[in-house]
Amino acid sequence: MDWLKIGSAALLIGMLVFIYPRMRDAMKNSPKGTSEDWKGYLIPLLAVIAFVVFLMSIV
Amino acid sequence: MLGNQSVASRPVESVLSTNKVIRSTYQLLSMTLLFSAFAAYLSIAMQASQGMGLVATIVGIVMLWFVLPKTANSAAGIPVIFAITGLLGFGIGPMVAYYLAVNPSIVMTALGGTGVIFLGLSGYALTTRKDFSFMGGFLMVGMFVIIGASLLNIFMGIPALSLAVSAAVIMIMSGFILYETSSLIHGGETNYIMATASLFLSILNIFTSLLHLLGAMNDD
Repeated sequence: MDWLKIGSAALLIGMLVFIYPRMRDAMKNSPKGTSEDWKGYLIPLLAVIAFVVFLMSIV
Repeated sequence: MLGNQSVASRPVESVLSTNKVIRSTYQLLSMTLLFSAFAAYLSIAMQASQGMGLVATIVGIVMLWFVLPKTANSAAGIPVIFAITGLLGFGIGPMVAYYLAVNPSIVMTALGGTGVIFLGLSGYALTTRKDFSFMGGFLMVGMFVIIGASLLNIFMGIPALSLAVSAAVIMIMSGFILYETSSLIHGGETNYIMATASLFLSILNIFTSLLHLLGAMNDD
């Protein structure tokens, strides 16, 4: 295994270690969203997905 | 009477302050994006190796985690955010050079696509003024899962998993743009340097993932 893979893996492990406590904190303290709130996220998300599929079809 | 004036003027001050943070964030974001593009150009011109790119990325991320939070509330935060974005821009140089060699239109399409996604999502959050703070936990879990999958794929090398991770990164980073913009609007984020760092990372991740997806779809 080359050192580029080892370096990338080390970086990702570092990210996991760094993010884990913040993830737990966010899960505990984030306000809960209603179904209306999630719709507000799904609409732009679907637009992004459609746009990416469009870009993939034109290259 | 004085008490009433104070209460009445507080929301106006708050709105003005919020608008100032949003304006400062977008000004700094545009400057850091230009600087990062220049650093990526330097990296391509110097024909930097993947190893150099990885080292620049690691140094940039370490600064982002440990130096930026300590300097973001002072003037020192400005050179630090430029150093971070420059290093991360330099870091993606070898990857951009690779795709430029394969087919330059992929890079241009990814660049334009990233711009459209960012402007569209920011415009959506700014015009609807929806509060996306409920997404914090979901986005962090999503990012954790994506990083875990990327780590696994370093050793497994499954192309389909790599493409799935890129697609998931675009979705999660789109969520982060909505979350951060909403946080600026509703006063959750009052530090424009930290907001710039967050939006910059989302844009950079969308660009690299889009590059990956478009590169995989390209016949060349």
